[in-house]
Order: sequence, then C-alpha cells, then structure tokens
Amino acid sequence: MEKENKTVVRIRGLSKSYVRGTQVIPVLNDINFDIAQGEFLALMGPSGSGKSTLLNLLAGIDKADTGSIEVEGAEITALSEKELSLWRSDHVGFIFQFYNLIPVLTAFENVELPLLLKGLTKEERREHVEMTLGLVNLTDRMEHYPSQLSGGQQQRVAIARALVTDPTILVADEPTGDLDRASAEDVLNLMERVNREFNKIIIMVTHDPRAAEKAHVIRHLEKGYLYADP
Amino acid sequence: MLILKLLFRNALRHRLRTYLTILGLTIAILAFGLLRTIVDAWYAGVEASSANRLITRNSISLIYPLPLSYLDKIKQVEGVEQVSFGNWFGGVYISEKNFFANFAIDSKTYLDIVPEFVVKPDQKQDFLKDRKAAVAGVKLAERFGWKIGDQITLKGTIFPGNWDFVLKAIYKGRDRTTDETQFFFHWDYLNETVKQVEPLRADEVGFYIIKIKDPNMAAEVSERVDAQFRNSLAETLTETEKAFQMSFVTMTEAIMTAIQLVSFVIIIIIMAVMANTMAMSVRERMGEYAIFKTMGFGWLHIAILIFGESIVITALGCIAGIALTFPAAQMFSSQLGAYFPIFNVKTQTIYLDILAAFIVAVISAVIPTYRAMSVSIVDALRRIG
Ligand SMILES: Nc1ncnc2c1ncn2[C@@H]1O[C@H](COP(=O)(O)OP(=O)(O)OP(=O)(O)O)[C@@H](O)[C@H]1O
Ligand SMILES: [Mg+2]
Repeated sequence: MEKENKTVVRIRGLSKSYVRGTQVIPVLNDINFDIAQGEFLALMGPSGSGKSTLLNLLAGIDKADTGSIEVEGAEITALSEKELSLWRSDHVGFIFQFYNLIPVLTAFENVELPLLLKGLTKEERREHVEMTLGLVNLTDRMEHYPSQLSGGQQQRVAIARALVTDPTILVADEPTGDLDRASAEDVLNLMERVNREFNKIIIMVTHDPRAAEKAHVIRHLEKGYLYADP
Repeated sequence: MLILKLLFRNALRHRLRTYLTILGLTIAILAFGLLRTIVDAWYAGVEASSANRLITRNSISLIYPLPLSYLDKIKQVEGVEQVSFGNWFGGVYISEKNFFANFAIDSKTYLDIVPEFVVKPDQKQDFLKDRKAAVAGVKLAERFGWKIGDQITLKGTIFPGNWDFVLKAIYKGRDRTTDETQFFFHWDYLNETVKQVEPLRADEVGFYIIKIKDPNMAAEVSERVDAQFRNSLAETLTETEKAFQMSFVTMTEAIMTAIQLVSFVIIIIIMAVMANTMAMSVRERMGEYAIFKTMGFGWLHIAILIFGESIVITALGCIAGIALTFPAAQMFSSQLGAYFPIFNVKTQTIYLDILAAFIVAVISAVIPTYRAMSVSIVDALRRIG
C-alpha cells in the first residue's frame, strides 16, 4: 500500500562523522532513501551503527555534515536553529526509550505541554488532550503522575504527547527497549494502530525483531551504510 | 499557567534542598535588614535634626560651659528668631544601666523651639508652674512605668546630690524619627541649687539652641554668632543641629561602614548558596530541558522556567526574612532601646531587601539558563539514555 503513496521524506547523500581529537569517525556514509506517506519504517542494526544518529538527523535535532533531507518539499538541513525548532513543533513527535515524561506533571499535563506552542485556548487544549489520552486508553489515568504509572502506561502517555500536535512524523528510538514483553506488545500495537488509522509516518529504531515485524519497511544500518531488508 | 505550575513544582522538587536554601535566604535577608536598621538607628539623631536649628557650644569642647550672659547677645544676631539653652545633666536613675538622656532646659523657650516634642497644653501648663517638674518622652515613661505625678529621683554625676523631680508632662514624637526617650526639667531649678552649693558654677550653660528665620542662612548666622564671641574667654562653635549630631557619630563612622559592608557580604554569600542550588537543579534537569526543546520550546520558555524557579525560591526566603525583621527589630529595640532611641525598620530597607533578593535570583539563574540553552539536544538526551 505504501507504493501508491507519495514520497514525503527524501534523503540524499547524507553523511555525518564525529571528530575525536585527530581521529575522524564516520558514522553515516552517503545515505539515500525515501519515506512515503503512511510508511512504518524500522531501522535496525548493531549497536554503534548510527541508528540513533540517523533518527536524530531526520527529526531535526542534529546537523548532518553533508547531504539533504527534504520533508514535504522543505529542505530541513537549510533551516536555522530557530526555524528548525518551529518545524519540529509542527512536524515531529518524539518517543524515547525511557519515556522522558516530566515527573512533576500529570499525564494530562505532560500531553498538554506541546500544545502550549499552538496558540489554542485552554478549552481546546483540554479537548485535544482528552481525545488523545482516550486513544491510548488512559482516560482514567489523566491525573496520575508518571511515578504512579507502569512503564507501559508511561510510554503510552509519551505516545499521546508525541501525537497530540498531529505531527507529520513520529520518531521512536527503541520505544520498547525498557519494557517487558506484554507492555512492549501493547505499545507496538498502539503504534501500528496510529500508523494505520491516522496514516502517520513512523520511524522506529529497534533491536527487537518482534518490534520490526510491525513495520512495513525494515532498513539495516551497518558501519554507517544503509541496506534495505533483503 | 502550566508553565507557572511547572516552575513552582520544580522549585519544590528537592524539598530538603529547597527548604535549606529558603532558610538561608531568610536568615540572610533578616540579617541584612537588621544590620541596615542598626546603621539607620545610629544616624537617626542626624536625620531627625531640624534644618532651621543651630547649636552653639564652647569651641574648645562640649564639656566646657558658656556664660548665660551670651543669651541676650545671641538674640540680637541678625537672622536669629528664638534662642533657648540647656545643660547636659547626666543624672542616673537608680542604676547606671538605666541610662537615658536627661537635660536641664530653659523651660520658657525650649518646647517652642523643639515642636517635634508634642506636649498636651494642660500638661505643659502644669510643667511650667512647678519648679521641680519634669517632662519625659512616652517611650521612656513606658520603660519605667512612670505616670504623671510620679516622683523621680536622679543621682547627679556632673552636679552631685540626689535630685527630686515630679513628672508633670509626657511628650510624644511628632514624627516617626522623633526620639521619645529624653527627660528634661527646669534649668532654673538646677541653677538655683548650684548657686547655693557651688556658686562658681552658677549661670553656666552647656549649649544654646537657636531657631533661625531662614534655613538657607544657617552658615551665615552661625558665623555671625561665633564672631560675637571671638577673642572672648569662651569662644563659641555654632553649627547646624545636623552637623552637631553628626559630630557624635563620626567617631563610629568606621564601625558603621564595616557593618554596612558586612550586610553586603551576607548577600554575596547567600548569592553563592542560591547559585549552587540553581546550578544543581538545572544540571539534574538537562534532559528535561532537552525534551522541551525537541517539542519546539525555545530559549524564552527555558529561561522563564529557570528564572521563575529561582525567583520563587528567593521570593519565599525574602518574604520570610522581611516578616521576621519586624519582630526581630522589636526585640532588639526592647533590649537596646536606651542606646538606640529610634529603632524603626525603614521602608527603604524593605525595598533594599527586595532588590537584594531579586539580584540574587537573577544572578543565580543566569549561568544555569545559559548552560541549559547552549547544550545540544542530542548531548543532553544521550546523558539521560
Ligand atoms: N557526540 C559524539 N561524539 C563522538 N562520537 C559519537 C557521538 N555520538 C555518537 N557517537 C558515535 O557514533 C556512533 C553511532 O552512534 P549511535 O548512537 O547513532 O549508534 P546506535 O546505532 O544508535 O547504537 P545503539 O544501538 O547502541 O543505540 C557510535 O560509534 C558512537 O560512539
Ligand atoms: Mg541508539
């Protein structure tokens, strides 16, 4: 089905290396691929192969050395820090391995946070938050603080937070890496559903083959080179 | 609103650390306020002095008297409106530790020249009628539980013997800065007694107090008064009341400067404590600020969070410190009221407290905010992971 969808993200000649003293460590070498509307992409590969680095570049929180990343026709590598920040708030939702909720905010408030930049009224924000928390099945946990929630529940709150602004792309770096099997399954099913029902692009870094199974496309990174799934 | 909630909750995240910091701030602001109040109290006499009054005394030293005969000459000097005079009596009430200022004054004129000592008309009449009558400030009367009609005996030091007085009037201060702890009585009573026991010391005056017509002419009138008595046996030194009061405090100026300096050092110390608290909090939350940045929050929001937290903590300490300054000053005043007749916490001191707390808050937040803003998202996230 992804074949008939238009290309949203176009990555060309993307390279990045780190300099440690006099040593140059190439992390990504000439990466080229496209991501279509509604694609669920899994990035796999051994530790240190550059998965997180690539994900961060696509999410606009890190800078490439060379190459281009075009999202919906906009060249994000050319954006200034400030423009990039604005772009992220419109286009990217983040899901992290360790959930990274703000511990002193309730589930509701955590999900409300990204909406503060959207110029909505309090009432509108409440509607959005309640709807999104409903979607991740946590309506009854809205007033709970992260410490009062299980890992799986926290990750679902994090998914709601990533989703609430209706972004173009969801990026997830090992979203199930810290969860037991059942919770991981829940989270993956939720992501699959979000992808299916809202036709959102999901880019997920994972070590877990079971997680990768949910994806439409699997790409492997090895020593900075990208291979499509055989 | 959510940001506001967040910064309040952030401030209370490490309860113990925050409470200890607030305690430190409270003590610092309290100490700062008290020290400044002590300095103010020390200069209170200078501040309360009137611009249209001059004091004439013996040019050699205050302890040498002037002849009573100068009175008529001073009255003649151009620019002088009214003249009164008096002697420092230096009497002791029961014991040395009950110290208060007591004077023999020319009762016919003194109260007119010192209108900030407010006496009820009937009490004033009673005072003028009785040659053994005395007037006490309301604070002094309260201190010893004196009431109108009480007999008060002072042991003379400069003028030996036991001196009996009857309290006929109690004066109140017109201004907040008026000293309400003085005691005075008829100079005539003193002089008549001295005449009998030590005739050589009779008709001597410790100081003249002069009311002038125009405060702007103080220097000229002073010069004219002193010119009258140049090359006489007792040359005079005339100066404004302010300068006269100042001459008492200049000896201690270095101590007062040191106290002021200490008050600022206290603020600098608490600034270091507060800066450390903020630096620790922000370092622990680097990852959270990175999460904010991934969502598109910029430097402004991060600055609001950090500055806001810093301001919340210092504000709590500042409020507690100011609230405690008043009872502390009250206690201080009741213990040492004899030496600091005026011990009021000035409004200006409160403003200084607030200013100091605000500066502490801002400076403590600057570097952490800069750090939180300049660290890259990826570096900060790697630190949590
Ligand atoms: N700030 C940095 N400075 C130097 N080297 C870095 C830096 N960040 C990443 N690297 C290096 O880049 C390489 C790729 O890192 P990256 O985090 O993208 O790997 P990964 O595939 O996500 O690994 P993992 O599965 O362990 O998360 C690693 O060799 C890493 O050591
Ligand atoms: Mg990684």
